[in-house]
Amino acid sequence: MSNPIRVLIAKPGLDGHDRGAKVIARALRDAGMEVIYTGLRQTPEQIVEAAIQEDVACIGLSCLSGAHGHLFPRVVELLAEKDAADILVVGGGVIPDEDIPALKDAGISEIFTPGTPTTTTVEYIRNNVHK
Amino acid sequence: MSISSGDPLALLNGITSGQRRALARAISFCENSPDESRPLISALYRSKRLGRSKVVGITGSPGVGKSTLTGFLIRHLRTRGYSVGVILIDPSSPFTGGALLGDRIRMSESNTDTGVFIRSMGSRGHLGGLSLATQDTVSLLDAFGFDYILIETVGIGQAETEIVKTADLTVVVAVPGLGDEIQIIKAGVMEIGDIFVVNKADKDGAEKVITEINMMLDMAPGVPGKDLPRPPVLRCIANRDQGVSELLTAVDERWLQLDISDILLVRRRERIWQAVNESLHYSLMLNLRPYLSVPSRHSLVERIRLGESSPFEEAQGLLHQKFF
Repeated sequence: MSNPIRVLIAKPGLDGHDRGAKVIARALRDAGMEVIYTGLRQTPEQIVEAAIQEDVACIGLSCLSGAHGHLFPRVVELLAEKDAADILVVGGGVIPDEDIPALKDAGISEIFTPGTPTTTTVEYIRNNVHK
Repeated sequence: MSISSGDPLALLNGITSGQRRALARAISFCENSPDESRPLISALYRSKRLGRSKVVGITGSPGVGKSTLTGFLIRHLRTRGYSVGVILIDPSSPFTGGALLGDRIRMSESNTDTGVFIRSMGSRGHLGGLSLATQDTVSLLDAFGFDYILIETVGIGQAETEIVKTADLTVVVAVPGLGDEIQIIKAGVMEIGDIFVVNKADKDGAEKVITEINMMLDMAPGVPGKDLPRPPVLRCIANRDQGVSELLTAVDERWLQLDISDILLVRRRERIWQAVNESLHYSLMLNLRPYLSVPSRHSLVERIRLGESSPFEEAQGLLHQKFF
């Protein structure tokens, strides 16, 4: 078995809806990845520091509160400040289509909205993490 | 060469100059490349920076509250002014190699504290409650300069006692309601505690478990030739932060007792000898690898299968072929 890809799944912001994050965490686990699940209500600072300590290749952010436009780009910014811009950042949750281009411009590689098959997310991470 | 390329010197410099990303990278390097990371580990041993951290193991069955307890221990250590490195081990799937590492949830307020470094590890097929790279990770955290290193094992059953070979001192966490007094006098985990904690002590049956562990400890013969008090039994309600500060005080007291009685020294010598043993085993397998390839394996297996030889004789033969 090759070395597992390490992924941090985090929920920034104040909503308590973590079912989606847990489904993704479980799917990534079943795809042979090591998933660090950090739980609810994390600040971007906490997420980035945890990602560095855990030396993950990817951060998956889940947000259902509508604050993604602020929180997701902040994570990317902080990673750059910490010299960790090589960590892939993806997002999911309730995110209106019209918000997606701005998030991608801000450095979030991909956004997975409700209904995306988990296999799509798994494949995307597998193909896009920095080797 | 940079820390990302796994250059041992760059990593070591990064670690000794307090760069957290270098520390994180070095841990991954040891986990992912047990061969290529040996020069880094050797350099650590020669750096004279090892042996300064107090290494505390926390073990117990799944769900007894190890992570919650660890989270509050971190807080109390910080309040007392100490820095803490933390290793959290959760099981890897034997089927996919994947893992869900969820212990950090209980300690997220420490994420941004520069006096704390928390690392989750999958057991990656290793049995005994730890992962293969645990000892390397302890060495890396030790060299980085943390005052304390906490190791939380996989949630264990009755016999996963490997933590005692890695920690200076082991805390065994129990809860009420997991069986009768015979469970407590069984061999295995109940033999390894330097400190016992009965968590969820507000639940029914807590007093009974405390009494039973005390009885079990009173029956124990003690360490021959050493004047060491028997392990204490504490009560805790970790999620309300009750009894955790007292646990930390007990850890420090016990550490001192182990130090004065030289048991700490004995344990640390044992740990070094164990590392030599493991390296020996590893080097041996590495050297023999060419002889163990599938084609050369086949005829050997067939000889045994047809009753012309035995596993022991074939092993001897391999050793002679390579070394004598």
